[in-house]
Amino acid sequence: MTLRDKTADDSSRSWVRAVLYDATIRGWVFQGLVLIFLVLFSAWVIHNTAANLRAANIPFGFDFLNMRAGFDISQKPINYTLDSSHAQAFKVGLINTIILSALGIVFATIIGFVVGISRLSGNWLLARAATVYVETLRNVPLLLQLLFWYKAVLSVLPGPRQGYMLPFATNLSNRGLTMPRPIPGAGFDIVLWIVPVAVVLAWAVARWARRRQVATGQSFPVFRASLGLIIGLPLVVFLAIGAPLTFEYPELKGFNFVGGMVIHPELTAMLLGISLYTASFIAETVRAGILAVSTGQSEAAFSLGLRPSQTMRLIIVPQAMRVIIPPLTSQYLNLTKNSSLALAIGYPDLVAVFAGSTLNITGHAIEVIAITMAVYLALSLITAALMNWFNSRVALVER
Amino acid sequence: MSRIETDTVFVRRDFLEPEAPPPSLGGFPGWARKNLFSSPLNIVISLLMLFVLVWTLPSLIRWLFIDAVWTGTDREACLPKNGEPVGACWAFVNAKLAQFTFGSYPADQRWRPSLVMILFFVGLAWVAIPKLPRRREGVWLMLTAFPVLTFWLLYGGLGLPVVETSNWGGLLVTLVVAITGIVASLPLGILLALGRRSKLPFIKIVSVVFIEVWRGVPLITVLFMASVMLPLFLPTGVNFDKLLRALIGVALFTGAYMAETIRGGLQAIPKGQYEGAASLGLSYWQSMRLIILPQALKIVIPGIVNSFISLFKDTSLVMIIGLYDLLGSIQRNFSDASWSTPSIAPTGLIFAAAVFWVFCFSMSRYSMYMERKLNTGHKR
Repeated sequence: MTLRDKTADDSSRSWVRAVLYDATIRGWVFQGLVLIFLVLFSAWVIHNTAANLRAANIPFGFDFLNMRAGFDISQKPINYTLDSSHAQAFKVGLINTIILSALGIVFATIIGFVVGISRLSGNWLLARAATVYVETLRNVPLLLQLLFWYKAVLSVLPGPRQGYMLPFATNLSNRGLTMPRPIPGAGFDIVLWIVPVAVVLAWAVARWARRRQVATGQSFPVFRASLGLIIGLPLVVFLAIGAPLTFEYPELKGFNFVGGMVIHPELTAMLLGISLYTASFIAETVRAGILAVSTGQSEAAFSLGLRPSQTMRLIIVPQAMRVIIPPLTSQYLNLTKNSSLALAIGYPDLVAVFAGSTLNITGHAIEVIAITMAVYLALSLITAALMNWFNSRVALVER
Repeated sequence: MSRIETDTVFVRRDFLEPEAPPPSLGGFPGWARKNLFSSPLNIVISLLMLFVLVWTLPSLIRWLFIDAVWTGTDREACLPKNGEPVGACWAFVNAKLAQFTFGSYPADQRWRPSLVMILFFVGLAWVAIPKLPRRREGVWLMLTAFPVLTFWLLYGGLGLPVVETSNWGGLLVTLVVAITGIVASLPLGILLALGRRSKLPFIKIVSVVFIEVWRGVPLITVLFMASVMLPLFLPTGVNFDKLLRALIGVALFTGAYMAETIRGGLQAIPKGQYEGAASLGLSYWQSMRLIILPQALKIVIPGIVNSFISLFKDTSLVMIIGLYDLLGSIQRNFSDASWSTPSIAPTGLIFAAAVFWVFCFSMSRYSMYMERKLNTGHKR
């Protein structure tokens, strides 16, 4: 009797134990607790926020986007006036951010690859100069470099009247880089249409050359031929139809230039700072990528009779790219995010225009910051997706 | 007999000294030929580089040192002399050095931040130099007692006069933000990294979303959020310090990056370690605390140092939300009317760059040294 009782007790206790110590059940309970905590926390935050907004008399909502902005923006790639809405200001800021990031990525990539390859050069002076470049720039905050270019270099340039005259009627002064503005005449769009035609032709030539090389072993200077096609063909057409392009030259009137095209010192400083800074990181990525390709690869290429340039292009770079692309992606993302530092020197990017002026004028902190963060998040995710796609194209296809 | 032998048989008893290489290959000419002028392209590059060096270096040195103004009490010293602009205005940096270091911390209380800085560097050396004894205790002291002591010394109370954080500034704020950020982000990063590798789906999703959101937005928007939105999130009337708000933003932001660094370390631990811990009957937290994390954290020390370097540089962004770190307090002094000359902006910025550079460069060297040191244990 007692014995039976004990077993019954034991089995019920072991059933409890089995439930208490079951990893799956514990997991769900734990997750449930975290969920409840997060829900309660969010509810608390939302409650507080609602109370605070009510107290400050700011209604939550996105209506403010349609209100008159009433502030000016120094760089307007699209139509914008004082009477435009905050939504239009948002678009201007976004486009300015994209302009800055895209140009920055192009320059940083070029400079980064040049410096990274230079660090591995056999030329002592060049390799040392590249090392000094990398170690100096990547150990100094970007914000400081931006301020340096803007405050210490560009704003101490002479005024427009005493500015440096550069070739092609370009003038460098503290008002920025002033250039002639091209005005396309009648028929200029034909030239623009020729460009894609030339690209298609170049692609066809490359295809034909590859087939012929596979069939006969004869090689063909594809790079030079396509370069000639893409630049030469539009140029010939341009000259043939009588060069329909005029320039509007900037003229000095009073203390500033009128007409022409101007790159503001803010954009110049941002581009200089952000490209040179990011290039120092890209250079390290490139160097690591090239070092990751074993020397046996280049020796094998030489013994096959490839020239150094061919070895670089056909053997080293394709293999190094696999190592380079993932960190390069994160550098591009960093550059895009760092473009938000434009606020510090007054380049009207998304953060300066929207999270700066619009936020100050309307006081809609939550909506404005949320939109700004969402935009950067989306830009980051898009860049990451594109680079992942490119990476899967060049990734090593194993058996 | 012996005489004849020595006459006829020659036995060399010592080695010949090696011949000097031909003059074209030895010494500086040989070195230059090999490293500077080995091909037509290299000759062009070297000459170009030499030209650039000769063109820039002397004027740079002139501006930085020879033409520079070292002493002076106001802008008069750094104004152009006889129509010639002067070089760097080091007198400006000299006059403002205390402000660049401590901000507007009261002058009679500056021994407190100085003491904290000295204690910090001593403690750091104790923890960071591998040969010193009792480093484990050092780490615990630095993580527990030191922050409390620092808070007391810097903020005050309990016998010391209170110094509000709005008076803190300069290098002090830079160090406070960077060090608090990294220390606070470590536990957060560990939790997030474990969460991201967890088998529990909800925990995993929460961690991934948290990490990717913070990593996808710029620090400046995080700081904006911390300074503008955080007060809205709290009950009405609760308002806390601007510096503390920035610290919360920085810690959350760095935590996400730290999580990814630590996840790298967790992934580098062989599966056998997890299985071994499980077969010893250790629970999840026991195996993490005793087996996995000690190994994983050791591997990622260089990664943590690198995160610290980027955080150290990023602290300069707090300037944008109105805190005066090293860069901010230098920048603020550009508008000081009693020093306003064209040369103070470049001088101040170069000084800030030099300070940041010394910190970041030495940390990156330390990270490389640790990487080499830790690498040996894991090579098979």
